[in-house]
Order: sequence, then structure tokens, then C-alpha cells
Amino acid sequence: MANEKKNEWPLWEVFIRAKHGLSHRHAGSVHAPDADIALRHARDTYTRRMEGVSIWVIRSSDIAASDPADAGPIFEPAESKVYRHPTFYVVPDHIKHI
Amino acid sequence: MYTTEMSKNPTRQGPSAAEPPELLEAFEARVANDEFIEPKDWMPEAYRKTLIRQISQHAHSEIVGMLPEGNWITRAPSLRRKAVLLAKVQDEGGHGLYLYSAAETLGTSRDEMLDALHSGKAKYSTIFNYPTLTWADIGAIGWLVDGAAIMNQVPLQRTSYGPYARAMVRVCKEESFHQRQGFEIMMRLAAGTPEQKAMAQDALNRWWWPSIMMFGPPDENSPNTAQSVRWRIKRETNDELRQKFVDVTVPQAESIGLTVPDKDLKWNEARGQYDYGAIDWEEFWAVVKGEGPVAKERVKARTEAWEKGAWVREAALAHAAKQAARRQKEAV
Repeated sequence: MANEKKNEWPLWEVFIRAKHGLSHRHAGSVHAPDADIALRHARDTYTRRMEGVSIWVIRSSDIAASDPADAGPIFEPAESKVYRHPTFYVVPDHIKHI
Repeated sequence: MYTTEMSKNPTRQGPSAAEPPELLEAFEARVANDEFIEPKDWMPEAYRKTLIRQISQHAHSEIVGMLPEGNWITRAPSLRRKAVLLAKVQDEGGHGLYLYSAAETLGTSRDEMLDALHSGKAKYSTIFNYPTLTWADIGAIGWLVDGAAIMNQVPLQRTSYGPYARAMVRVCKEESFHQRQGFEIMMRLAAGTPEQKAMAQDALNRWWWPSIMMFGPPDENSPNTAQSVRWRIKRETNDELRQKFVDVTVPQAESIGLTVPDKDLKWNEARGQYDYGAIDWEEFWAVVKGEGPVAKERVKARTEAWEKGAWVREAALAHAAKQAARRQKEAV
């Protein structure tokens, strides 16, 4: 944790469900000593105008992320597999509903 | 609300010796192609430093900006105005928090930024070093100061650094209410008794020049502008934004019967824009250096609030540690 000597509250990432039927989406982050206060801060910071019906918070240090420098090797295998898309297959115009 | 470049000295331009030219070239190409740069992407050190300075100054401006308006919450003339002002000041606090978070993604910490503000090392928008003397000042701030902020922040929604751009999208959505409530206050006062109208005019007289100074020094005197524009940190220059602001604001003042305090102001038919008088940049730099009428008061208020809140932050951490220990014990 950064600045341990100064007792900075840890960082939490905030995810908000805008309305039922949609998934939670990253909104930003807040500092808080624990999950309860992180939720309260997230409410005050990110939902002052009814932007959400549900909030998730997670300690930023608990998130594992891929390295952008490795984006090539990670995502390249999908790039060459055009046959995973429906437009790869030729179907005559008179065939309907497919 | 917002801040702009307030450093008189150019930051070191050009790549440092340690930066691999192929990475630098790829970075420049991405930015030139209007791609967004994200926190873990490689970026030149000067880009990182410029952003940390600009975003943290912007955050400080939001936070310090709560003070001149907070000053009037208990004296708002009606319950409606009080509720509106409370909501606006709370928004400014929120804007500061979005921006501090964005700056933290670049590797600085909240505590470092707050230390810089409290020690007087960090800059914030000069506009907040002017006092709010009458209720009309609250109208003038919303209308002019937030109006200038919108002018500056709209292009920043496409700034090249992703977290900063996303914070700006959120801020811009909320800012429009700030400007409209301010204009409404001015409109009402201007249509009121002669004393009320005089109060509105006096507020416009005092806030006009500081507001147009908010866009920062003229382009030829703004050492970092070229680099920032090239890196898409800035999308328009100080003078371009200032001109836009003057052009939209002058007719608004006229429409409510107020006079912009600039005798050189006149419509330039050929340019299709207003010509405006010379700006007193000596005053601007004096205020940047902390010589504004209430600069010391502002930093003192922030520092006191931070220090008086220390026991709350410590107690909350101690409580969290105790709860975590208890949960661990129960789990065993």
C-alpha cells in the first residue's frame, strides 16, 4: 500500500449497475478504510443523480490485470480466426432466415 | 470548475535519454491518431509529469472552489437557493474526487497531492483567491466561472489520457446545472429592485476579468501549450477558448440588462467575434503566486479541515483493522 507511513485509506474500485438488466460497470475509485465506508463513499461520489441501482466495491490491490505490453500475444490468437464470425460463411441470397 | 496551465516555466521538452525511441515513436503515433492512453500503457515521463500536474491542479481547484461558495450556504436567500447551493458545492467536492483518482492512476498518491496543496506548493485556479462579498457573487460564479470551466472542459472530454477524459465526461454532465443556476440568480437580481440590479452589476464588474483570466496566459506566453496540444492533453489553446467564452457570454449579459466592464469591448464584423480590452496579466501572476485577496485564508481553511479530520481517519482505520482481526479469528 502506498504511503503506509501516513495511513492513507486504501483505494477501492467502484462498479455500478445503472439499471436492472445491465451489468455493473466501472465508474471510478474511492479511498475508504473498509468495505462499508467504501460503499457509502461510492454512493456519495458516483450516484448523486440516480446513476445506479446497485454498487460493487473491491480493493484495487485485489484486481489482477493483463499487461498492455502483452496485448499482442494475448489477443493475437483471436485475430486469425475469422471463421468464428458468421460473415465468414457464404450463403446464397435466396436462402432466408439464416 | 477548472484550472489551466499555471506554470511560467516550460517543462523539459523532448525525450529523455533513457526513453527508447521506438516506444516514444509508437506513443506519438497513437496520440496523433486520437487513441486514448490508459494507466498501464508506456508513456514518456514528461507526459506523465504534465498530466499529474494538470490533473492535480484541476482537482485542487475543485476542492478549494467549495470554499467561496460554501461561504454563502447558511445565508442563501431562500430554502430553494440553499438546497441548490448545497448540491452544487457537493458536486464540486465530487469533481475533486474524480480528478484525484484519475491523477492517482499515474503513480502519485492522494496524500502527496494533499500535502502539496496544504504546504502551498501546489497551484489551483486563481479565481478562488477572490472573495465572495455578496449573494450576487454566487450568481456570478455559477454563470461566469462555471461557464468558463465548461468552455475548457468540453474539449478535455477528448483529452488523450483515458482516466482524465472519463472524469471530464462525468464533470461536464454535472456542470451545466451549475452555470444555469448561476445565470438564474443573476437574471432574477437584474430584474429586481434597483439595489438588486446594482448588486448584480457590481458582481459582474468584479468577476469578469478574473473569469477571462481563468483561461490562462496568452498563447505566446504559455510555454507548455504547444507540447500539450501535440500530446492531445490540451485540445484548444488558451486564447481560442477565451475568445469563445467572450463571444457567448457578452450577449447573455446584454439580454439581462447588465454591462460587461470593458470599454474596449466591441463586435468585430470582419472577424465575426468580439474584440476585448487588454488583460492585466500582472494581477494574474500575482494571484498565481498566492497574492490573491484571500489566498492565505483558503489554504488555511483546507489545512484546518484536514488536520481536524485526522482523528476520524485514524479511528476509521483502527476500527477496520479490529473488524478484520475479529473476522480472521472467527474464521479459524
